[in-house]
Amino acid sequence: MNQRVVNRGWRWAGSIAVGVTVMMLVALLPKTTMAAYNAGELLNYASPVEMLYSPDGARLYVLASQSNEVRILNATNFTPIGTVVVGHVPRGFALSADGSRLYVANSWDDTVSVINTRSLSVVATWHAGMEPQSVLADPAGKYVFVANRISSDVAVLDARTGMELKRLVAGRGASYMAMSPDGKRIYVTHVYPNPGPERTPPESEITVIDVARVQVVDRIPLPSVAGVFHVTVSSDGRLMVAAELHPKNLVPLAHLEHGGAFVDTLTLFGSDVGAKPVEIPLDEIEHYAARPFGVAITSDKSRMFVSCGGSEEVLVIDLPRLLHFIHTHRGPFAENLGASANYVIAHIPVGHDPRGVAITPDARRLLVANRLDDRISVIDTHSSRVLTTIPLSGSEQLWSLQFSDRIFSAVNDQPNGKRQCSQCHIDEQHRNAFTMDFSTRKRIQALRRGEQIFYTSRYSFQGQLACANCHFDSTFDGLEWDLEPDGFGRNIVDNRLLEDLRDTAPYKWNGGNPDIPTECGPRTEKYFWRSEIYDDTKLADLVGYILSLPARPNRWRLASGALTPAQERGKAIFTRTRDSFGYPIPQANRCNYCHSGPMGTDQKSFDVGTRRATDDTGRFDTPQLTNIALTAPYLHDGSARSLEEIWTLYNPQDKHGRTNDLTKDQLNDLVEYLRTR
Amino acid sequence: MNDCRMHWISMRMLVAVAVVSGLLCGMSGIAQQPSNRRTASVHAAIPQMPRFRFQNFTTENGLPDNHVYAVLVDGDRIWAGTDNGLGLYEHGKWKVFTTKDGLAHRAVLSLAVDKRTGDVWAGTMGGLSRISAGRIDSYTQLNSGLSNNIVYGVAVEGENVWVATAAGACRLNLRTGAWSLYNERNTPMREIWVYGVSAQADKVYFAVWGSGLLELTQQSDRWDMYDDPDHETELVLFRNQGLIHDVVSSVSYVDGTVWAATYFGDSRYDGRYWRNFLTKDSGLPSNFTNYVKGVDANHAWFCTDKGLAYYDGVNWAVYTPSIPTGRPEMWVRDSRGRVTQIPVTTAPANNYILGIDFQGDDIWVATAKGLSHGIRQQSIHSKPLPKEPLK
Repeated sequence: MNQRVVNRGWRWAGSIAVGVTVMMLVALLPKTTMAAYNAGELLNYASPVEMLYSPDGARLYVLASQSNEVRILNATNFTPIGTVVVGHVPRGFALSADGSRLYVANSWDDTVSVINTRSLSVVATWHAGMEPQSVLADPAGKYVFVANRISSDVAVLDARTGMELKRLVAGRGASYMAMSPDGKRIYVTHVYPNPGPERTPPESEITVIDVARVQVVDRIPLPSVAGVFHVTVSSDGRLMVAAELHPKNLVPLAHLEHGGAFVDTLTLFGSDVGAKPVEIPLDEIEHYAARPFGVAITSDKSRMFVSCGGSEEVLVIDLPRLLHFIHTHRGPFAENLGASANYVIAHIPVGHDPRGVAITPDARRLLVANRLDDRISVIDTHSSRVLTTIPLSGSEQLWSLQFSDRIFSAVNDQPNGKRQCSQCHIDEQHRNAFTMDFSTRKRIQALRRGEQIFYTSRYSFQGQLACANCHFDSTFDGLEWDLEPDGFGRNIVDNRLLEDLRDTAPYKWNGGNPDIPTECGPRTEKYFWRSEIYDDTKLADLVGYILSLPARPNRWRLASGALTPAQERGKAIFTRTRDSFGYPIPQANRCNYCHSGPMGTDQKSFDVGTRRATDDTGRFDTPQLTNIALTAPYLHDGSARSLEEIWTLYNPQDKHGRTNDLTKDQLNDLVEYLRTR
Repeated sequence: MNDCRMHWISMRMLVAVAVVSGLLCGMSGIAQQPSNRRTASVHAAIPQMPRFRFQNFTTENGLPDNHVYAVLVDGDRIWAGTDNGLGLYEHGKWKVFTTKDGLAHRAVLSLAVDKRTGDVWAGTMGGLSRISAGRIDSYTQLNSGLSNNIVYGVAVEGENVWVATAAGACRLNLRTGAWSLYNERNTPMREIWVYGVSAQADKVYFAVWGSGLLELTQQSDRWDMYDDPDHETELVLFRNQGLIHDVVSSVSYVDGTVWAATYFGDSRYDGRYWRNFLTKDSGLPSNFTNYVKGVDANHAWFCTDKGLAYYDGVNWAVYTPSIPTGRPEMWVRDSRGRVTQIPVTTAPANNYILGIDFQGDDIWVATAKGLSHGIRQQSIHSKPLPKEPLK
């Protein structure tokens, strides 16, 4: 008994110590960092994500996602040849068959930049879908295919005019594409799981497009997979490989020591594999291949290379041994931590958040784009050693494109009549001063360090996962998670978006974390990492980075900032004070009471009647409404699979706002308005 | 007002009973037979109308259910919307999609294909489903902006999917995901029981049960309503001066001409003139028409409770199993009203016809007791069927 009292005393003391530490951390946050996240993300790094060789092998094109450029290097000695500025946050690019055009998918502009590779200039800018991630040109020169993450489709453009011909339905969060060597098939991956029943394993697919028919002809199922990145095709077209995550979101994430969070896997399919795709793990006990992203296969199919963003390495796989393994062993293999020893023959450490990989035309070298180092690792494919690392010149030049006139044209209405950037909320007249104020290298480096911490898995138990495992590209993953060690299936929570988090505290669905340092510090260390804790500087950098993340452009708002008639009607419902029968709606039962202010939250917790038997509480933090259209499912546990279901299924008592008087037309209008938030 | 509403409700119940009894039993009533029949051997100069050898599919050879509400041809693929799942006939085999595969409901009432993408849209008794390369995504009134789960009709035009439901019509914009609802609040629709929709780039037509024909001009967003000018439910006082009846069951808009089916006769409207069709002065085997599909401005197929009728602008042909005997029959009615029986050995699976689609010169017919493939026997009709029929 006395021992219990002593323990309780220590526990209290520990809690107080943690609280004091957190308060100190908040106070210690560098002012520059605080100001930087107030400003939104400053773009001063190149952040290379993809690379391409010209058809003659003389040039290397590097896609710089943060400086919004294509860098052109001499492929032999990596000296700069030129730079072409493209649209905002380019994420993918591809050459035309003859190499005369380079197409760049600009994810924040919803456009494709067309670069003349001879003049190194942008000769056209075409419209694509919502948030284009990658682009491919067909060998016949008729079509350009663009995978769009938000609209979850592939836009087919006329390669001559850029006119959109059609949209093909892909998986949710369509992202990366690869074409078969004969040009007949395109394989498309997607990063968010396809919509499915609640609390069931996630489902993804490889969408297969017939290039001649320009139609989707197959969807290869990827069971239990969510988060599929690059896919590649062997030179003979007999083997396709996709890099992916196999989350274990149905069991408590706290069971990290039991290998409980993710399996990092590849799915192999094609005639080399057989009739059914095979999922193989990359992880080993004590050594996880966190967040596999890029894949490349040598032309002789002797080796396969996989970049792993979290574990900051490249895996070398002996492909004949891998194929032998899957043909001689009975699956499933995905969760067998002993499997990878049969085919992973080397781990090559590289830089921070390695992304795209490219094999040189002579197959002697492998290039790896280290996004958060602004460097390219050059690896000898024979010895599996890093030969050199190429810095991208001018990578620390300050880019303030975010504050350009174009961005300021997307303005919010301000009471004082001033124009304000809708993304970073900086007054137009102050932008120059602001940019100057934060143009020191030191301040920017803090954000970069924070981003590196966000993307690395080195802090978690056995290096299993990073923040970015669930927050792809600093966003979300479309999954519901069982986070706490409170029993299986208890307190399920939906993953929330990390955009524009200012003025949205507290955090967690139960509002238990008063600020980001608490959310990312002790809580993450205890429940997620179960391993090394951040020191004060690291935590400050991480928090600074997270709070610097701006909201993506909202795709449902008109360019003019005006609302459509349906959105206007929806806004009227959102702000109404009387119901359809003329009765007053109690203040606390109006939409804009809890979802108030510019972020759509009053930062308080309420019981809106959504508690389930497995929840410890019925009071949940009012979530902000930032880009809410993107983040299905909804409610604290993801039980509402669409915005509509929040009210058609989960608001029978009108506790989540007075809505049961609404007609279907009115509910649709309300949803249309919410999509503009 | 209440009396009027009661009247419509009674009418609906009556017709609903007729539809259901027809579906479940096949129509066994006495067909209205033309009085001036002749046989092919007696007279010469019989209009050359298309002839078919009908191959019938039932559950015995893989069809998911014999009650076939809708049929859709997409190249070599035949889709059958049945009372118990969606059937796909390809390479000589049936594949069946059910609610386990994600279909919104087992009963599939309507079908449409997006010619650009190959995606198939299925209107069901429980929502709208998209079948895209085997993946099914379903939209319901609870999880989406769909106005009602009972989807009688669906059409795809450009970026829009147009939907006819039991509570108004709606449009899904495939690019933005936005739903627009059309009902008594924002259109001239007096009743909201929308049975069919036919969409082209210029206009969209809705068949509304009790509210006539609704026309939406897409460029101007202007709505017009065409209804029965005499407003008589039992009589036709103003012949060829408007829609034959307000209880419209199906619409087909092709070549700038609207074909409208009702349970009390059929109509054609070319934008200027109306033409009405009744059993008493046309080759229609029945005034109770479930579905109409125009080939062009002058040719159309009528799916009635007493057989399948084809109109070539002048002459009529009817294909049906004899109602009393079940024997295959084909009748041809010429411009002078002379009716000739053509000897045939096959007929659609049942006289209660619910849908039709074209596959080159062949036809596929949805009936209450099976799906029928009409294999064209000779090209003797006055106008060839189009290879790629307009939808």
